[in-house]
Amino acid sequence: MITAGIDCGSQNTKGAIMKDGKVIAQAMQATEFDADLAAKNVYEKMLKDAGITKEDVEKLVITGVGRDMIKWGDNEINEVGAAARGARFVDPACETVIDMGADSCRVIRLNQDGTVMKYEVNDKCASGAGTFIETMARALQISTEEMGDYSLRHTKELATNAQCVVFAESEVISLIHAKEKIEDIAYGVHMGIANRIASMIRRVGLTDTLVMIGGPAYNKGLVSCMSKVFERDIKVLDNNQFVSAYGAAIYAAEK
Amino acid sequence: MAEIEKVDYWRWTESNWRNPEIADVTGCLLTAGVDIGSTSTQAVVLADGVPFVYSNMRTGNNSPDSAINAMNWALKDTGLKTEDIEYTIGTGYGRVNVPFSNKNVTEITCHARGANYIYGPTIRTILDMGGQDCKAIHCDEKGAVTSFMMNDKCAAGTGRGMEVIANLLAVRVEDIGELSFKVDEEPDPVSSTCVIFAKSEATKLMREGWTKEKVLAAYCHAMALRVVRLLERNGMEPDFAITGGIAKNMGVVKRIERIMNVKALEPTMDTQIAGAVGAALIAKDLVEKKRAKA
Amino acid sequence: MIANYGYEDGSGHYYIKIDTSKCAECKDKGCVEKCPEKLFVVELDDFDDEVVVIREDCRNTLRTNCALCKANGEKELCRQACKFDAVGFSW
Repeated sequence: MITAGIDCGSQNTKGAIMKDGKVIAQAMQATEFDADLAAKNVYEKMLKDAGITKEDVEKLVITGVGRDMIKWGDNEINEVGAAARGARFVDPACETVIDMGADSCRVIRLNQDGTVMKYEVNDKCASGAGTFIETMARALQISTEEMGDYSLRHTKELATNAQCVVFAESEVISLIHAKEKIEDIAYGVHMGIANRIASMIRRVGLTDTLVMIGGPAYNKGLVSCMSKVFERDIKVLDNNQFVSAYGAAIYAAEK
Repeated sequence: MAEIEKVDYWRWTESNWRNPEIADVTGCLLTAGVDIGSTSTQAVVLADGVPFVYSNMRTGNNSPDSAINAMNWALKDTGLKTEDIEYTIGTGYGRVNVPFSNKNVTEITCHARGANYIYGPTIRTILDMGGQDCKAIHCDEKGAVTSFMMNDKCAAGTGRGMEVIANLLAVRVEDIGELSFKVDEEPDPVSSTCVIFAKSEATKLMREGWTKEKVLAAYCHAMALRVVRLLERNGMEPDFAITGGIAKNMGVVKRIERIMNVKALEPTMDTQIAGAVGAALIAKDLVEKKRAKA
Repeated sequence: MIANYGYEDGSGHYYIKIDTSKCAECKDKGCVEKCPEKLFVVELDDFDDEVVVIREDCRNTLRTNCALCKANGEKELCRQACKFDAVGFSW
């Protein structure tokens, strides 16, 4: 059976096509201001890569914050359900999923059978989301991708106070003026986020295995700070940006 | 996204003032208050409890320098020096950094006292909207604080939040109030609380064809709703007044009044100096108490 | 004076309320010891009364600080320790 999932995020739209429990195609594109168009492009590219047509796909499920904008899916699933299914697919041992996107963060605790036990969402405040890192990178005049490497090269444990993106931006600028090193500031920024995520984890209960998915999971500096805060390894998998799209495709195959 | 903004639309004008009715302060008791806020610093000198001079400047990177600069600017052309002032109180978030102060007092206490002077003893509820925080203060007829609540975690509901939107729309902060009323009907408030999300929402609304004026109206509306919640939680009782930088933004003030069905008292002087005036008045009380004892 | 320390963000409002006139009466300030997060510190206020305030570095993280204490469902430890009923919570 062939199914497809599209995860329409606030920054990127990701898609995956699965056949009998295996991923046969995946694609990604910036969502920008037209979620519908981004999803269409992603879907067409995947179909082409897989060498199949729309008619071959039994069911298409849409997830992500932009899912309301896309009317041509067969069904939809919320972000928590998609992330839970996707994470279990890529890592069957996973107990807790940290799903960080550009504008939101979710911490999902799973039961042994993979169903959702508890979850915490923050999509009302940018303090624990990818946007936070992006804004701080801009203030530091480095790219978002460089934040991780800079942070790993830190030489002192600088702490930042501001939690609000707007205030943190001013704080970062005053730290630059105070001649703090970019490396140390990047570290302080990541530690701040790690501590905020820690408070979400506290509310669902800390487990032995933690899996992180979403774009910011590529940021090694952030992951290293999270490991430090939680005193355990954070598993980051290949293709972690696609995990929720997998989850949607898996859901499509369920019924 | 990464372009450098050439015009700082959010910058407001610095000011300094001298009381035209006081020519000579010889023999007067001179007390001062210096309020170092996150964005602005005010210095006020009272002569026998009456405002003589004041200045209002941006806070620089160095709080002690900001305090000295503000004081020097207030005293310029008066022939007075900082040493001529009998007693100075520092207040505001940088209050421990006023090098020439005799004491420091929290901004909440100073604000209430200052508002009591500016608006008269009937004032009960003060909303102070600063650059990086928002405070609701309830006080008695003497200007003593009966309850307070503040929020400085989040930029929503602060001057800084408004500045972000001003910069996004390339509108001067001073013009926001007036522009926000140039709409046919009041739009729904911006739905995001977080300033960063509100910024994305504003961009999206502009793409959908909203005018700048309509977006500003929606943002002012949202900000008003947010601070009303703070006021109601802390206890709201007339007479009511708004101080701090946002008090100059009619777009927010009028909407707060409409939501709560209450009229904010008209200030008799620049409300940004409320904290510094309060500090200077407390300084005067302290000197008089000491003299009475002696 | 009713002093409210805390914050409001997108997720809700989190304030600890301290009635300073009641607090000033209290000699032993039991909350200081009892709070597992050491949130309470004794300070001289603007009127030279000894009152407790919430530690400045915790005022914007109360939801997290109080999470464990609130999770057991009983009256919070600080409120149990306060003999003057001077402490309250907004959430």
